[in-house]
Parts: sequence; structure tokens; C-alpha cells
Amino acid sequence: MSTDTVMPYDEALERFEPVLGLETHVELGTASKMFCGCQAEFGAPPNTNVCPVCLALPGGLPTANVKAIESTIRIGLALNCSIAEWCRFARKNYFYPDMPKNYQISQYDEPLCFDGYLDVEVNGKTVRIEIERVHLEEDTGKSTHVGGATGRIQGADYSIVDYNRAGIPLVEIVTKPIPGTDRLAPEVARAYVTELREVLRTLNVSDVRMEEGSMRSDVNVSLMPRGSSEWGTRTETKNVNSLRSVERAVHSEIERQAAILADGGRIIQETRHFHENTGTTTSGRSKEEAQDYRYFPEPDLVPIAPDVAWVAELKAAMPELPRLRRKRLQQEWGVSDLDMEAMHNNDAIGLVEATVAAGAPPADARKWWMGELSRRANEAGIPLSELLITPDQIARVCAMVAGGALNDKLARQVLEGVLNGEGSPDEVVAARGLQIVNDEGELLAIIDQVLAGNADAAEKVRSGKIAAVGALVGGVMKASRGKADAGRARELLLEKLGVSE
Amino acid sequence: MSAITRDEVAHLARLSRLALADEELDHFAAQLDVIIGAVARVAEVAADDIPPSSHALPITNVYRPDEVRPSLTPEQALSGAPAVEDGRFRVPRILGEEA
Repeated sequence: MSTDTVMPYDEALERFEPVLGLETHVELGTASKMFCGCQAEFGAPPNTNVCPVCLALPGGLPTANVKAIESTIRIGLALNCSIAEWCRFARKNYFYPDMPKNYQISQYDEPLCFDGYLDVEVNGKTVRIEIERVHLEEDTGKSTHVGGATGRIQGADYSIVDYNRAGIPLVEIVTKPIPGTDRLAPEVARAYVTELREVLRTLNVSDVRMEEGSMRSDVNVSLMPRGSSEWGTRTETKNVNSLRSVERAVHSEIERQAAILADGGRIIQETRHFHENTGTTTSGRSKEEAQDYRYFPEPDLVPIAPDVAWVAELKAAMPELPRLRRKRLQQEWGVSDLDMEAMHNNDAIGLVEATVAAGAPPADARKWWMGELSRRANEAGIPLSELLITPDQIARVCAMVAGGALNDKLARQVLEGVLNGEGSPDEVVAARGLQIVNDEGELLAIIDQVLAGNADAAEKVRSGKIAAVGALVGGVMKASRGKADAGRARELLLEKLGVSE
Repeated sequence: MSAITRDEVAHLARLSRLALADEELDHFAAQLDVIIGAVARVAEVAADDIPPSSHALPITNVYRPDEVRPSLTPEQALSGAPAVEDGRFRVPRILGEEA
């Protein structure tokens, strides 16, 4: 694997303008496959969900899954697309053992949905991403390459194939070229995939698990010199499978392509692979030899002509889409655009919403998820949703703080305990003895002890420098290991020292 | 009518992973030419008011409900495979020519 020369991002952006394009594949969450009744599930033992149709045995004939057609139309509607009045499936012919038929049933020049858009927020600004098409096809089998140095297809001795995934309904969502993103190109790409994933989740058409491959994006990037209007040659980085990787792939392709172009070289139109460990891409198959898929209308499937009344019915039954929902929640919670965007980028909105629904004040719910819990998730390198704590538990901690049983410092210890699997917030409080010291006698004893050890500070306060009481309060908190009520400690200290504010 | 060239036959043969000898290329070029010529005659009778069609029957929207039906057992599924490994179909190296 050779290391490419790169031009630092800032310099690359001074000299070139990027144009993006994204193709996203989404496995639909149907019970059965696209063209046969085999179960469409992830992780079954190899070749257990296969039949004569998806194995291409002689005589097998496909019949389209109506739920998949419906889901695709709903995706199109959510992306503001026109829905075709009449369209067909097409055969995409290629020689590759991931499809036993030697072709994939897809759609070619007649997609089910076309000409839409999706608005996304980046740095407080709305960017409209135009959607070229949304079409329906079938997923391919899973090949494992055996032998060779790298476990990759190049140099493998042979491959073994599991066809469980072959025939699972797959929707492809293709953007039009996206110019004008300038130096925000990586963020725009990420924001688009994030928003798209949320739309799909809201529609409940897919489990959209990028790490398991049920949603994956191909990232197209090209550069043109500043002032030029002619787009450069693009590369296509395949199957990028996390939001962060989408952003990094765009970033690294800009740096790599800029170095080549600045050196007088030319970009080869090719597919590239993204590597999580380095954050860079390497060359895959070259597309220089134009792929010749010999598309033609699928003779085994009759055309799709969605009934206008059915489409109208699906449109009327659309759930509240994420962007509108965010606007509504932002108003209800009274937070700024940037705070809302930060929650969105951190995938925290649903968690905050659930925490509020469990009774926590919005400001507190946001504070914990975006503060302490985000920090913990970052440390562990996992999304917030995978932390071992529920919105109900956060709401319970908020209630204990509001009721005076905990202060923020103790609350953090409670959260730590819950995250460590020590039980519910109440169990952690009991097991770790984290109740605030409300017993005045105990508190007074601690105060006496602190005053005795800090005669200088005590004298300052007595002589009128009330600000010096802070150090004494700190001493009380330390001596009580954070369990004292700081406000009450301050009152008692001032009282003891005979001063008032 | 344009004649099918040897190069075009060679291209199609490569896409289909068929190894054709030189004389076969000429042989199939001539044959394909005849077939294309025969199909092209349809254009002579197709008037402007006849839209191109891909299906013989004027039906649309033939669907199945999203219901799971029994699959084959893995033994049945793999019974016709030339080679099996680890419950999977074993196939020759895929990109040998590019390795």
C-alpha cells in the first residue's frame, strides 16, 4: 500500500473547490426478501435463508415484495421526490459470484422516485441537497476472500460466498452533484448522511446500522481550480460505514487530489477504499474501462405503476420528519440553533427528548447528555446511545438533584456508578453512600473542624472579607467528600463567624 | 445496417468470461450480425404510434405480500455446489487477472 502525497487541507481549499456526490445504499427492514419469501435477517448461519429464486436455480421466478415498493415510495416522499407513474426493474449484468444469477435486479433509467431534495443544517446554515433518484434493487451475497496477504480480494486464492444477504431489498439514494460547499464539504457530507439516516429511522423502513452495513455510503469527490466552472474527474470511495468516516473520507480525498492536481497530474476515475485506521483511501478497481452492465428491462417482472390514490394515502400518513421535529423541540426547549445542532450532531436529541418525557427539565437533560455523558461516550469511543444508562435513569438523577438529595458532583458519581453497572441511581446512591449530608449536627462538626484548620481564612471572613468564605466552603466539601450541601454549609459558616451578607 | 465487429464480439466474450478462439470470433460476429439484422426488421413495421414494449402482457403491479416462506436447508442449498467450504459456496479467485 503506497502512501499518497497530500496537500494540507487549508492550502487545498485555497486553490481548489470541491464538488461532492453521495450514493447511499439502505437495506430495507422487510420480513422477507425482495423477490422471494426467504427471511431477510442479519447474522443467520450461512446459506440458511436461501431458496431456488435467490440462488438462481432453474425455473425460479421473482415476484416483487409490496412492502419494499411501499417503503421506497415513502422514502421518496420524505425526500420531496416525484413518484414515477410507471417504471420498470432492469437487469444489471455482470460476472461476479456475489449474485448467483450473474445479474442484479435493479432499476436503470426509470427509478421509482426522482428529483427531490433534503435540507440539512451545517454551522447554523441550511444547505439544500438535491436528490437525483431513489431506486429499488436487491442486495448481493457476502464474499469472504481466502488466502493472499491481506484478506482482500486482490491476491486471494479463492472466495467463499454466503447468499443470505442476496435478494434483501436495497434502496439506493443518489444525490445530484453538490457544488458550493467549499471548506465545509466534509461537514456537509456528514450532515447529509446523518439527516438521511434520521429520516429513514423516522420512517421505520430500515434499522440503518452503518456498522453492520445495513446503511452504507459511497462518497464521490472531485476538485476544480478556483474560478473554474468545469468540474474535475471524480473518485468514488465505496461503502464508508460510519458518519465520522464519511467526513474523514471527503477530507482525505480533497487533500490527496489537490496534491496530484497541483503537481500537474490527473485524477483517475476509480473506486477507492476507505481505511478506518489511517483515515485515508486507497485505490480499488479502476473504472477507466467503462463498466458495461448491458442493462435491459427485467422480463420476469411486470412494470410498477403506483396507484395515485395509494401514493396520496402514504403521503398523508407520513410521520413528523426529523427537521420539523427538531424545530418543534427547539421551541419547546428554548435552546439556540447552535445548541440544537450540537445535540443533533451528537445524536442526542432523541435521548434528551426521552429524558424530558421521563420528567426531567429540558435544560438538565441537555446538560447531562451533552456534558458528562458525551465526555464518557467519547472516552469509550461509542455513541451516546450505547452508554449503559437510560433516559429514565438520567431523569431520576435530575429529580434527586432537584429534591436536594444530590448535588451535581454527587450526581456525576451516581452516573459513573450506573455506567459501571452498579445498578439503578437509587441503588448506587445507597451502595456508595452518596446522600448529601443533611444532618446539621454532622455538618456543624465538619465546619468546626474546617474552621480550626483554617484560622487565617476564618479571620479574614470575620473582618469582613466575605469572599474568603469560598475557601472554607471548599474545605467543608472536601472534608465531607462532596456530600455536604454547599449552600447550607456557607450559611452555617457565615453564621458561626458572625457576619452576614 | 452496421456489421458486428470482431472487437465487439471479443468484448462481449470477455464480459461473459468466455474464451473464444480467433476463428470463433469471426464465426460469431457473422452469426450475431444475422440475428441483429433480423431483430432490426421490427423497426420497419413499428409505426410512431406504437410505443416500445418490454413485456408481452399489459399488466402491472404484480406483487407478493411481505411474508416469510420456508427456505431450503443449507444441505439442499449447497447440494449442487461444485465446491463447499464452511457452509459456503467456494468459488475460484475472482480478480485473478488483476492480482
